[in-house]
Amino acid sequence: MAGFPWLSKSKEGYRVELDTFSGPLELLLHLIKVQEIDIYNIPISRITGQYLEYLKLMEELDLDVAGEFMVMAATLMHIKSKMLLPKEIAVVEENEEGDPRAELIEALVEYKRYKQAAGHLGELASRRREIFDRGESSIVSDEDETLEADLFSLIAAFRKVLDEVGKEPFREITRSSVTVKEKIGELLSLIRQRKEFAFSELFRNVASRLEAIVSFLAVLELIKQRKIFARQSKLFGEIRILRRD
Amino acid sequence: MESAETKNIIEALLFASSKPLSIRQIKEVLDKTDVQIIRQAVVKLQEEYKGDGRNFQIIEVGGGFRITTLPRFAPWLKKLFSAQKKNIISRQALETLAIIAYKQPITRAEIEAVRGVNADGVTHSLLEKRLIQVVGRKPVPGRPLIYRTTNRFLDSFGLKALADLPEIEELKEVEEDVIRRFASKNRQD
Repeated sequence: MAGFPWLSKSKEGYRVELDTFSGPLELLLHLIKVQEIDIYNIPISRITGQYLEYLKLMEELDLDVAGEFMVMAATLMHIKSKMLLPKEIAVVEENEEGDPRAELIEALVEYKRYKQAAGHLGELASRRREIFDRGESSIVSDEDETLEADLFSLIAAFRKVLDEVGKEPFREITRSSVTVKEKIGELLSLIRQRKEFAFSELFRNVASRLEAIVSFLAVLELIKQRKIFARQSKLFGEIRILRRD
Repeated sequence: MESAETKNIIEALLFASSKPLSIRQIKEVLDKTDVQIIRQAVVKLQEEYKGDGRNFQIIEVGGGFRITTLPRFAPWLKKLFSAQKKNIISRQALETLAIIAYKQPITRAEIEAVRGVNADGVTHSLLEKRLIQVVGRKPVPGRPLIYRTTNRFLDSFGLKALADLPEIEELKEVEEDVIRRFASKNRQD
């Protein structure tokens, strides 16, 4: 889906692809985690609303949102409509196919378990890296799995930034402003001088919503290029950007 | 051949090899020696390394044995190899690898069913790193490729065999939990 035209000029062909990040199940797990929701009893209408909000922001950022995100949005809305059916009808239907959320919950639980399994594998790999042999270089997994901020935590933090910057994107059309490419350059020189800084620091002096978005896209691009990584030590904790050596 | 000499030869083989050596591979070299004797010699060697306070160890990974340094030398070795190109695997690739490891043999569609997202790119990068391999095609329409993890995967994660993958105990509990909860059919939203 197309982003906003005013953004395209600043982006100069930069389009952060999300395949280095994860899909819709990861977004749902993120929402479930940050709100401490019981995975077995998901409040569908609330989650659907939040899911769509994230999707909207991802589109505004003109991220290359995978088709799977749209499919999930449709699925959520379908479940939501089923949950809204009058009770008598719902009971009859329930006898036939059970809770309309069941399939989604099953998918979420299964995905979550493999995420955990991946965490175990990461630990094994890091233990294996402590011993050396004559073979090929050993496998290095991303910096401490449990600490690395995922895309959706970054987006959550960025939403706060946007709220503070305010909503006046269209004033920017006429003014020639900073591009993603320039921001990447700025960020690279910043990270060369300092090994790490706070995510919020990046937006301290931004003049507009557009500049904030451009900065954020530069961060995502550099994460994708593995020049930097984002770390969040605890839920809702401050996100820090670090140089990857 | 004297058993002490068998052991010495095996030590030389392990020392020079860049990959884990299986008992079968050692047997190919020492063709007149009984497999049982080879196994005993390897175990003896392993114990000697442990007992003598040597700076190396013999570990069993990826279907074979190999000599490695001890963990306590890691800081210096990491420094020595710091400039080397690192074999980095992303979190998404690690997730995909976990799915393959626990559910193999598996097709890409089956991986995607768990991840809920396209697995083309990650599968490709895992193949490139030789952590997984194609082992055939599934006899269903479209004849999709079937993937399995490799010995290199086992070695990279310090595993002797697939049976040594950490058991995900919680997973079973979780499954039972799902069944229980949906059996009671309590719906509140």
